[in-house]
Amino acid sequence: MTVQELPGAAAYRPTPPPAWKPLTDPAPLLPDPEPFRVLGTDAAAEADPELLLRLYAELVRGRRYNAQATALTKQGRLAVYPSSTGQEACEIAAALVLEDRDWLFPSYRDTLAAVARGLDPVEALTLLRGDRHTGYDPREHRIAPLCTPLATQLPHAVGLAHAARLKGDDVVALAMVGDGGTSEGDFHEALNFAAVWRAPVVFLVQNNGFAISVPLAKQTAAPSLAHKAVGYGMPGRLVDGNDAAAVHQVLSEAVARARRGEGPTLVEAVTYRMDAHTNADDATRYRGDSEVETWRAHDPIRLLERELTGRGLLDEGGMRTVREEAERMAEGLREQMNADPVLDPMDLFSHVYEEQTGQLREQAARLQVELDAEHGPHDRDGAEEGR
Amino acid sequence: MSTAAATAGERTGRAKPSTMAQALGRALRDSMAEDPTVHVLGEDVGTLGGVFRVTDGLAKEFGDERCTDTPLAEAGILGAAVGMAMYGLRPVVEMQFDAFAYPAFEQLVSHVAKMRNRTGGAMPLPITVRVPYGGGIGGVEHHSDSSEAYYMATPGLHVVMPATVDDAYGLLRESIASDDPVVFLEPKRLYWSKADWSPDAPAPVEPIGRAVVRRPGRSATLITYGPSLPVCLEAAEAATAEGWDLEVIDLRSLVPFDDETVAASVRRTGRAVVVHESSGFGGPGGEIAARVTERCFHHLEAPVLRVAGFDIPYPPPMQERHHLPGVDRVLDAVARLQWEAES
Ligand SMILES: Cc1ncc(C[n+]2csc(CCOP(=O)(O)OP(=O)(O)O)c2C)c(N)n1
Repeated sequence: MTVQELPGAAAYRPTPPPAWKPLTDPAPLLPDPEPFRVLGTDAAAEADPELLLRLYAELVRGRRYNAQATALTKQGRLAVYPSSTGQEACEIAAALVLEDRDWLFPSYRDTLAAVARGLDPVEALTLLRGDRHTGYDPREHRIAPLCTPLATQLPHAVGLAHAARLKGDDVVALAMVGDGGTSEGDFHEALNFAAVWRAPVVFLVQNNGFAISVPLAKQTAAPSLAHKAVGYGMPGRLVDGNDAAAVHQVLSEAVARARRGEGPTLVEAVTYRMDAHTNADDATRYRGDSEVETWRAHDPIRLLERELTGRGLLDEGGMRTVREEAERMAEGLREQMNADPVLDPMDLFSHVYEEQTGQLREQAARLQVELDAEHGPHDRDGAEEGR
Repeated sequence: MSTAAATAGERTGRAKPSTMAQALGRALRDSMAEDPTVHVLGEDVGTLGGVFRVTDGLAKEFGDERCTDTPLAEAGILGAAVGMAMYGLRPVVEMQFDAFAYPAFEQLVSHVAKMRNRTGGAMPLPITVRVPYGGGIGGVEHHSDSSEAYYMATPGLHVVMPATVDDAYGLLRESIASDDPVVFLEPKRLYWSKADWSPDAPAPVEPIGRAVVRRPGRSATLITYGPSLPVCLEAAEAATAEGWDLEVIDLRSLVPFDDETVAASVRRTGRAVVVHESSGFGGPGGEIAARVTERCFHHLEAPVLRVAGFDIPYPPPMQERHHLPGVDRVLDAVARLQWEAES
């Protein structure tokens, strides 16, 4: 797609940003000292039962997905998998609060958010399987490519949201980053731009306690990561990242605020990474079992289960139905991932530029000769088995 | 440059197999033990010992003031190293992966490379930037870049790449001892390569800036470094079947560049192929080919050829074997040397 073909490009006239009101009292920007909670509190009674059940089903499916993907690394079907087990509430809420027209900017750990937003489970895994960098069209799904260099997706989210606003579109961008990523310069620059431009962006920090081996205490000296918002002139919200209803509510409010033209919000969700950093990491080198066990008692699925069963909204049968559905999803994923992807080595040269340079054509021809020698020219139809 | 490694001891006792990663770790340890101003900093270098375990045990032995887990911010890490070096310390910085060093590029190019020059020689910066680099380990996006061309295009930086376990130890010791900044590129796929090597009896190592002939030969010269050295040695063995007697030169550093060793070889053999896995266009091979041509024009029987990675962003792991120059591509170039000579 060339730039001229972009939807609405011809008629494009930028709309000025909303008028700036200088802030006299920073107090409303400050996060509450305690993470916001819904489950197990009085507020839970007001939570929409349908939403809670939906969150529950998605969480169970998400956990099963994580387990299945991790198992696939052991069978060599995935190059690597950074599991989000324990963090499902953040992943799912991030996906569910967005409208279709909104955009999600995930980091490399956020496969689950992309899947919950509707991305095909296999397409979501191509990066980690190693056949493609991004297996889907970001414009089609309004999901930016899963981003590996930390925090670099955040300025993109700001720019996209800003552009949408200039075009007069009612679009919000939600960008996800880890606690470690908040130390990168890109994080700070993105927050500053967003606040100055009053861009309709929501930043979701999943504070899962560690950046690989480095605990939060070595990452920041701030009272909370949500506090970082204040210095840029945006509200910071602290939420229990294992309380799906709370994360959903806080993110919904932030998205609504952005949509109203009131600017960005920084949300810190306090959660925990139950598995190692990736399947290739050995978490016993830097954390003890007892810490993990403490968090297991505060498991996001258990919290919801307790709420739903306590209110008579869920019983054994209901749980079984949800688990069976998750199992079918996992089965499908397993089956599809067990098929070798069909790869064409010539694709290496296809998407470097819109039009191949002479140089690349030359190199492609050279590779073709090698492939012909490898396979014999007749039994090739331009594609080969991936493994 | 000092030659710390060359004087580190006679080869005594029986050497045991060690990996390149272990030799690098030992070089860090010995440098820290000898010189209290040597500090290691980076992401996950402490408790975890680095994602490749190169810094394993350093925090335990020297404390976390000397081997520090930093916040996750490459510009901050290298920028802080600049300040530390300005105040008399000798920082060794670890960038976790090649493509994650880019946020630090501003510090590297604008300050690390230029401080000596900007201050009229008053303030050299003895910083070593260790970068696990290159492909071939099945890493996903952004974990396999070869970035040496960016670094070598920046005057003021040494660019050093070990290809053997001995060199991993020796060159890192030298880099840390150097009063100039060194970008030390560690070929990831050789981290687990082994050699009979013992920290108590390291082999004498040529100082930084000297290329080494890894295999003598008469009919053509393969010029290479880092991850492509084993490829070239294998190709040289295979080429004997075709009657080729190939000389293999391991550059060991791109900056400084050892014109003498390279030119002397090519003058003898009359033919040369430069082999590296980073992209060819604008890559190190072009510079090397030009230098060889300038010095050896009358001795050349064929143009200097390049075998390099394709001019594409590093591919996904399932496709990387098509990108990385392997033995066949090297042999193909060697065959073309013959064709050029006949035509
Ligand atoms: C710019 C950059 N530097 C380093 C890395 C290597 N790396 C990958 S994940 C990671 C830790 C990330 O921690 P955090 O941001 O807390 O996210 P989490 O892994 O906990 O989800 C690091 C250092 C990277 N991907 N990008």
